[in-house]
Parts: sequence; structure tokens; C-alpha cells
Amino acid sequence: MSSITSEPAPSSQKNHELVESATVRLAGDSGDGMQLIGTQLTNTSALAGNDVATFPDFPAEIRAPRGTRAGVSGFQVQFAAEDIFTPGDTLDTLVVMNPAALVTNIADLRKGGILIVNEESFTKKDLKLADLTENPLDDDSMNSYRVIKVPMTKLTRQSVEEQGLSVKMADRCRNFFAMGLVFWLYGRELEPTLRFIETKFGKKPDIAAANSKALRSGWYYGETTEAFISGYKVDPAKLAPGRYTNVMGNQALAWGLITAAAKSGKSLFLGSYPITPASDILHELSKFKNFGVRTFQAEDEMAAICSTIGAAFGGAMALTTSSGPGIALKGEAMGLGVMLELPMIIVNVQRGGPSTGLPTKTEQSDLLQAMFGRNGECPMPILAPRSPSHCFEVALEAWRIAAKFMCPVLILSDGYIANGAEPWRIPDVDDLPEIPIQHPTGHEEGEFLPYSRDENLARPWAIPGTPNLMHRIGGLEKQQGTGNVSYDPENHECMIKLRQEKVDRVASVIPPQSVDGPESGDLLVVSWGGTYGACTTATERCRSEGLSVAHAHLVHLSPFPTNLADILKNYKRILVPELNLGQLSSLLRSKYMVETHQLNKVQGKPFAVDEVAAAIRSELASMR
Amino acid sequence: MTTELPVLTTADFTTNQDVRWCPGCGDYSILAQMKKVLPQLGVPREKIVFISGIGCSSRFPYYMNTYGIHSIHGRAPAFATGLKSTRPDLQVWVITGDGDGLSIGGNHLMHCMRRNVDVNIVLFNNRIYGLTKGQYSPTSELGKVTKSTPMGSIDNPIHPLSIAIGCEASFVARSIDTNIKHLGTILRRAAEHRGTAFVEVYQNCNIFNDKVWDYAKARETKLDTTVELEHGKPLIFGKNRDMGIRLNGLEPEVVELGKGITEDDLLFHDEQASEPSLAYLLSRMRQPDFPEPIGVFRAVDAPKYDELLNAQVEEAKKAKGAGDLQSLFNSGDTWEVK
Repeated sequence: MSSITSEPAPSSQKNHELVESATVRLAGDSGDGMQLIGTQLTNTSALAGNDVATFPDFPAEIRAPRGTRAGVSGFQVQFAAEDIFTPGDTLDTLVVMNPAALVTNIADLRKGGILIVNEESFTKKDLKLADLTENPLDDDSMNSYRVIKVPMTKLTRQSVEEQGLSVKMADRCRNFFAMGLVFWLYGRELEPTLRFIETKFGKKPDIAAANSKALRSGWYYGETTEAFISGYKVDPAKLAPGRYTNVMGNQALAWGLITAAAKSGKSLFLGSYPITPASDILHELSKFKNFGVRTFQAEDEMAAICSTIGAAFGGAMALTTSSGPGIALKGEAMGLGVMLELPMIIVNVQRGGPSTGLPTKTEQSDLLQAMFGRNGECPMPILAPRSPSHCFEVALEAWRIAAKFMCPVLILSDGYIANGAEPWRIPDVDDLPEIPIQHPTGHEEGEFLPYSRDENLARPWAIPGTPNLMHRIGGLEKQQGTGNVSYDPENHECMIKLRQEKVDRVASVIPPQSVDGPESGDLLVVSWGGTYGACTTATERCRSEGLSVAHAHLVHLSPFPTNLADILKNYKRILVPELNLGQLSSLLRSKYMVETHQLNKVQGKPFAVDEVAAAIRSELASMR
Repeated sequence: MTTELPVLTTADFTTNQDVRWCPGCGDYSILAQMKKVLPQLGVPREKIVFISGIGCSSRFPYYMNTYGIHSIHGRAPAFATGLKSTRPDLQVWVITGDGDGLSIGGNHLMHCMRRNVDVNIVLFNNRIYGLTKGQYSPTSELGKVTKSTPMGSIDNPIHPLSIAIGCEASFVARSIDTNIKHLGTILRRAAEHRGTAFVEVYQNCNIFNDKVWDYAKARETKLDTTVELEHGKPLIFGKNRDMGIRLNGLEPEVVELGKGITEDDLLFHDEQASEPSLAYLLSRMRQPDFPEPIGVFRAVDAPKYDELLNAQVEEAKKAKGAGDLQSLFNSGDTWEVK
């Protein structure tokens, strides 16, 4: 055992007051290591049995100008003794490493909340970089918060003196000092992070020792400073029994895809081109070659999807992953996928658009692109995960549909889900249903017709290498049955309708739409994708206030569940909150001819629970 | 027990689809040679896949009784890469043209060749857009008057083989649609090569660019305008085989044999040279200054993307054991809720 973990983790003598939940944001320069300590706080809280939800928020630039507002990187986590669905609206504690982080985040700290400041980074130069003329710590602007000024730089340097690091290297341990202090404040164990330090920096013993010392020293600062009379603690949440691990959205999606491949007896092929915020799926899957996963980093987005179609033709479970701009480039090939009627998965991890837009920020503005963003009548089933861990289930469901109906299936995730984390109850792999796939063997009776159809209108998946089934497919219109090129007008209309009917029939195998709250009443909130948490929490809160509001969260966006039409009729008013200008709302209006009210936000940020709750109250008030 | 492969014929590779190229199109000849060569390879039809993009040449797969995809414009090499990477047991052909492969699909062509994916690419070069009815293509000569260039093309043309050699394609060759014996040999060699085989075929479009290659095809001129490459042999050409190519520093020059110049002074062709510079130099030889080489410019062994990818999969399985989902799910920090 190394010296890092051999020394016992300290235990506090101070009182820790019990609270139901806590929302903490760590904010600093994008080089300050905020994402790292945020992840550690999340994992440690999850290990302590709390329910957790996270919201990492970082600039698109890898190293934005140091100390500026544009360069601020933040990580927010809520941990709670109850089921939670969002990373929290307002902050109980905000840690800021410099003035830029202070000014860009302070508005989210609740009155009376704790503000931990690295006071040494408030020099004239730092203030200037943050476009400040006065030091906000010197005037009364922070009076409504509990401000804890800590000389973090000095204390960190002292704590790592023994390692003899350069000043620059010593200062890089500051994030661990801050983490130690936050860990003390919320009664978190140091042990898991000490283990993490050992694994991550094990090859550089000096750095490992320095980081662990900075961590401990931050913890002791909390224990000894008079600024804190007591800390807080959050009891374990009452989650369903089982073994849990913490997962991020892109990771859960990757794991779901590998599982889907295994459950269908297939090898996974990913053709992808790096793009924020989807690249982590490529990174994650690249690690799993021992699962037979083949990843191909293509020369561009078109090559990525075309290699995917090639692999699907050959019989692989194939997918491509991207974000909005990449999906736009893939459009033509997605149409070919629809025409060829081959199973494959297309993942769009949405980000702020249009064009390059806001690469690292979340948005739900690609729904209509997913529905209609291709030439011709080009329908495909669309699914949207609602949370990080839900990505696992959606991956399995998407492949089950693709294989059963022989068609491309689109998964619409978003940056908020992709980078967010939450506990996931680990399933027993044997309990997960198999995904049966059959390929014709070439020994069937009668003439082989590549575009003949089964009860799901799926055509046979005959793969190269099978004798007697040689056939040619392509992007020109097919003759129903033979699959030969056909310019026949009647046939074209028949095929257009068949491809639509096939997607429509998916509705027969998906679960009916469920509703949280009363089966009928004044208001129904209809949401999709990553707004699930905010909408669930807001509707629960409003119901507890006695309001008549229900919530239907859609996972299947194409086709919609068949019972959705009836559900919509059971409420006097429908409210559709979306991080766009009303895309689901338009779909509901055109399909069901219902009046919908909208709550829209396109700031690259998720909904706060309060925003949705306020909209619900205001809708209901206007009905009176 | 051994099972003998059935002996296949040209007819076995013929589909029931009517061939829809214009009468007199050079594509017919390439199709005929392909059907003649494939039965000689001993590869079952079901193991062969033709993938094409968009354009006249890209109709090719419909006429081959193998597996096939008529894909989208320019992207055939990408489809082929995905297929070959997951199905190394298949023989994969890419059929493309000068517009499809060098204009909209230039990027994919380049990357397929530099990765050395084990596929065979045949580029039908007719120096014109045929299917869209006669616009100039990336290989059209400067000044070319077409529907979209009424005052003549101002685009400097691209040379397909220079691109291929620039990408260090491991097999690079050129042939001519009507030189059927030569074409058959080249297609066969391409099929037998492991790694990307790139073949440019001078192909006549008798509707929109008729006679564009006549200098290289006509009996009266072809011996003076082309030089056939043979491995280990000097570059000799001309009706009387009295002309040769000599290297003067880094420049090739045309010389007349005799008058103090012997065969030994000429450039000897080495298709197996690992350094691609000489092959590149040959690809730059163009009419009217030089005879245009036909034959195999380059045939070297190099690591193949699909092989390496599959080797990594095997290596990972050996090192980590075949993937186990349950242990993957439990690989991070976990905790029990009772």
C-alpha cells in the first residue's frame, strides 16, 4: 500500500448538520481542474448513497484566455437523500477560483448561501482580466452571502512544500485543496479520492503525494477554521435495492450499444468523426475491442455514416454518432439508409445551433431536423433518452426496433444528458432480453426477393457471403419485391407509403405513453429528452401545492405512442416546455390538431425547475 | 473432404438487368473484361461485392451477379471501408468515375488509399460528366468547352494517378477500355493485390467527349503516344521501338535509341520500389511531351487498415479476455443499496 492511502483519512470532530440535499458549483478557469474535482465530488456522493445529478458547463475553447469570463469552467452537482431529477436550480455553495468565476456565477447562489473564494486570485491583474474595476470582495455586494475567503494559493504551496515542486506545479494542486474543503463541508469521505489520485498519478509519485496533501490540507482547513462552526451532511437516498454505479450519458449509451450487440449476437461497428459533444461515445467504444467492437474514425461525417451503411450491409450492428452539424452532413446517406432498408443506429447528441452554434452547450433544436431534415419522404423512428442512465435502455430499444423493422433508427440525445451523470442500478445481464436476428441462409425455397416483406414490413437481411442470394441495392427507387430499379409511378408511391407504414408500425411494439399525476385535469405538461428532470420535479412540486397538473414525458418521438392522442384530450390545456422555439409543440399541433402552449428557452442552458414551475402556475392562473 | 469450387463462366456473372449505357460506350468493354476475369480468380460470386457511387460508371454493380451497392455520389470508398473492415473475407470492388471519385468523392478516395484498405478501385476516366449531360470534369483539359464552360475550362486538371501515388496507394495502374487484353491483365493483378489497388481506365464517352483518348487508342498513333510499363524492363516505345525514356537528373526525357544511346541508358521500371517518387514521375508524363505510361506503376506490400483493425481486436481479446458485460458494468466504483 502506498503512503497516499496508508495514512488514514481524517474524521471530523465538528458538528455536521443534517440537510435533505445540497447543490454545489465549482467554478474556475478552464485550466483549473474544476471538471475533475466536480466528478470526484459526484462519485464520492454517489458512493455515500446519495442520489446525484450533475451539470458540467465549460467553454468550447480548450484553453480560453486565462482569467477571462469566457474561460470560466463550472461543474454543478446536486446530491440528496431523496430521488432527484436535476442538478438543482440555485446553489447552496459556490466555490470560485478567480474573479471571472465569481461574476459569472454569483447570480445562481441563493441568498445566505456559502461562497468560498480563493482570495489571492483577486489581484488588480485578475480583476482586470475579468473586466472588473473594483474588487467585489471589498464592497458590500457580497453581503447577502456567507463569504469564506481562503488564501488557497499560499496554503496549497505550504502543504506541498515537502515535495519540492516548482511554484507552477504546486499551484496546480489548488483544485485538490478546494475539493478537500468542500469534502469537509459536506462530510464526504476522502478515501475514494485518495484512491483516485493514486491510480491517476501513480506513475508520478511526487504529484500524487502533493495532490493528496493538498486534499487533506483543504479538509483540515475546514476542520480548524473558525469560519465554519459546523458542516452539513446528506443521508443516503432511498433508491431501489441493488448495486449502483455512477454513469454519464455518453458512457451509458456506449454500454447500451455493446450490450445490444451482445444480445443480438452481433459485432459492433462504429463509423464516426469527432464532434462535440458526441466524441466521448467514440472514445468509450474504442476501448472495447475485446468485445469485438470495431471503431473507425472516418475522414468526415459522410464517410462515417457511409462506412456504417457498408458495415450494416455486411451484417454488423453498425452505428454512427455525431451532433447537429454532422447530422446535416450525413443527411443524404441517411436517406440511402432508409432506401436500402438496412438496420443501423444514428446518434445525434444535440448542441446549440444553427451552424457551429454553441458546441459545448445543450439545446433540443434538432427534432425537426431529425423528423424532416432529408430530401424526399424519408421517415425513421426517433427515440430520445431522458437522463444519463436512460441512454443505456434507449440504445437497446433503438437496436431492437432497427433489427425488427430493418430501418435506420435515430437517437436524439443532448449535451446535457451526454455529460451529466447519475447513479445507475446495474442490471443483471442475463435478465436483459435477447434481440433475435435472422439472416436468410440461401437454402430457402423459391426465388429470393430482396424487397419481400414480413409481418413488420421488414425485408430479409441477406448478407454477402451467403450463396444464392446475390443482389444489388442502391439509392434509386426499388421495385417492391425484386428490389430492381424501378421508375414506375405507381410503384414509387407504393414504396413511399411502405417505408412510412413501416415506421408507423413501430408504434405497435413500443410501450404506451405513461402519465405522472392525474389521468385528467387542468394542465398536461408534455416534454421530451433532457428536460425530463426539470419537468418531473416542477410538476411534482406544483401537484404538492394542490394544482391539477400531470406530466407526460415522450421517449418515442417517431412514431408517437398510439395512446398519446387520447391522453392529450384529457386535459384542458397542454404546456410544452422545450429548449427550442417550439418543435415538439408544432409536431403535436399538426398531428393531433390540439392547441399547445409553449415554454421555450434557447440559452444553451437547461431549464431550472423554478422556470417550469412558474410557467405551470401562470398557465393555470390564466385559466381561472 | 474437399469441396471443389464450381467452374464459373462469364454468364454466371451476368444479371437479368438490361445494360443501360449508351450504345458504343467504353463501359461495355470494361464490364466484359471484368466478367471474363472474375471467373478465373477462384472466388465464389457470393464473396464478391461491387460498390459504386453516382454517374454512368456507377451503374456497374447492377450488371454484375454478385452482391452490390449503388451508393451515393463520391462515397463508395467509405462504404467499402466499412464493409471490408467488418468482413475481411469478402473481395470488395469500388467502381467510380472522374467526377464521382475525384470531384465530390476526392476526400474518400484519398483516405481509402492512404489507409490501404484491401479494396480494388477502378476509376473510369472519360474526362467529362456524362450522366448530367456534358459538363467538364476534374480531369477535363484546360480550355475545354462544355455546357458549363462555354468560354473554355479554366480549372487546371487533376491527374488521377498522381493523386493515388501521392497517397502512397500500394497498387497503382492504368489501362485503356479498348485494349482488352491489357485491361484484363490489369484487372486481374488488381484483384490479386492485397491492399488498395487503384486502376485508372481511359474510357471513351462517345456522346459527350468522343475520341478524347483516341491518340492512345488509335492503331496509327498509340505506339507513339503510350509506353507500356513492364517490371524490370526499360521504357521503350514507338512504332519502331526506337524511342525511350531517360532520366536526366530528376527530369524524364524522350531519347532516340542508337546514336550512342543504348537500352542501358534508359529508365528501368521498378514497380516494387518502396519509394514512390519514380512512379509519381511516370504519372506526370503526358501528351504531347511524353508518351503516357500504361500498365502497373506501383505494386508494393504495405500494412492494410482492415487487417490491422482486426488484429487489434484479436490482440485485445488475448490481452483482456473476451469482453464480459457484467464485469464492465461493475468496473467503476459501485455501491449497494439494500
